[in-house]
Amino acid sequence: MTLSRFAYAAPRTIKEACRLLEEKGDDACLLAGGTDLMVKIGHGRARPGTVIGLKRIAGLDRISFDRKKGLTIGATALLADVAAHPAVLKTYPAVAHAAGETANVQIRNMGTVAGNLCNAAPSADNAPTLLAMGAVVTLVSAKGERRLPLDQFFKGPGMTAILPGEIMTAIFVPLPPPGSGTSYQHISARGKVDISAVGVGVMVTMKGRKCLETRIFLGAVGPTPLRAVRAEKTLCGERVTPALMDAAGLAAAKEARPISDVRASAAYRRKMVAVLTRRAVAEAVDRASGKRR
Amino acid sequence: MKHVIRLKVNGDVHELAVDPWRTLNEVLREDLDLTGTKLGCGSGDCGACTVLLNGRSVSSCLTLAVEADGGEITTVEGLAPSGDTLHPIQEAFIEKGAIQCGFCTGGMELSALYLLNRNPSPGEKDIRSALSGNLCRCTGYNKIVEAIAAAADRMKKEF
Repeated sequence: MTLSRFAYAAPRTIKEACRLLEEKGDDACLLAGGTDLMVKIGHGRARPGTVIGLKRIAGLDRISFDRKKGLTIGATALLADVAAHPAVLKTYPAVAHAAGETANVQIRNMGTVAGNLCNAAPSADNAPTLLAMGAVVTLVSAKGERRLPLDQFFKGPGMTAILPGEIMTAIFVPLPPPGSGTSYQHISARGKVDISAVGVGVMVTMKGRKCLETRIFLGAVGPTPLRAVRAEKTLCGERVTPALMDAAGLAAAKEARPISDVRASAAYRRKMVAVLTRRAVAEAVDRASGKRR
Repeated sequence: MKHVIRLKVNGDVHELAVDPWRTLNEVLREDLDLTGTKLGCGSGDCGACTVLLNGRSVSSCLTLAVEADGGEITTVEGLAPSGDTLHPIQEAFIEKGAIQCGFCTGGMELSALYLLNRNPSPGEKDIRSALSGNLCRCTGYNKIVEAIAAAADRMKKEF
């Protein structure tokens, strides 16, 4: 596979990267891990005149945890490093799990969480958990910086709220509230490597057995990750029993808008939304009660 | 415009002028004649192009050569300690019959090295998940898994 020709620049600062991106406009593509972009260029689905590599920007790969505020994942932090980071494993186990279950070993050694979000595949493994936890992304351009809640970021398959000239520099995940637990559950034909047919991210906040609050997001069953509002309502304010978790799963299955494709049929996906939602809620509830890490 | 890059490949330093659209895979195979690194799918699925870049296993087909500038690379040619001696991973692959057509072998061995560098006593599950990014269409994987377990034992005794 020979790639189409392009120029390459490796800015050392965000400012320089923004200036380059503004100068080159639509003709430029940003390169982080390259695991999506290189395939797109190879298949002729992207034809950039300039590729702007972000990996030489110092500090952009930082993963930092502030006990009072939360977790910040830099744009070039590798999936492998997010999955293995001690603070992420301890306080954000579902974020670590989703990163560690993305693609395969080599891809996790190259690819980034930010790249997984910016590529905006409906099946992006890292999206549902981050959405459930209320993540906020930082978008920087030559004109300035803005922070956008991740639940306003996805616009369609491959489409995001990123404006021309903007670079995602970081993902902020707030501190999980006291009494909360999270989970990410996904399923695919092979179980490893291949793209998820369904993914479910959940955060619940509990008081004893009662669910005070929950956020549930479904991956790969709609044009963007979907919020399962009715499933959330099923749980909110109620005592969580196995029967109620089943009911939440069935509600989520009704809200899903799956298609049939090479990875799974719509009917199978809908059934799996019910199963995975139930499992994710159960794991999140266990984690909230400290039964499981 | 060509970019001048510096790569340390299997201990040897190379300074090369490369076009920015060329992959690390192309530069290793075409410029440095290190054809042990294969090109399979070209999309990061098959693992035949796996090399270690700064100690991490990566797909050389998805890595731009310019992005590897200043990096240290290990290819399958760099595994054996000398012209007469094979690496314990290579010996185990031969002994256990883990090589058939050989196309996936280099990538498999580098994924094995990446695993054993980080986990000297992997269980079968660890080995299988470490190979999740390497496809083999001949062996059915079992002999490869056995070879890596045997190599782990041998490396613990030797080092």
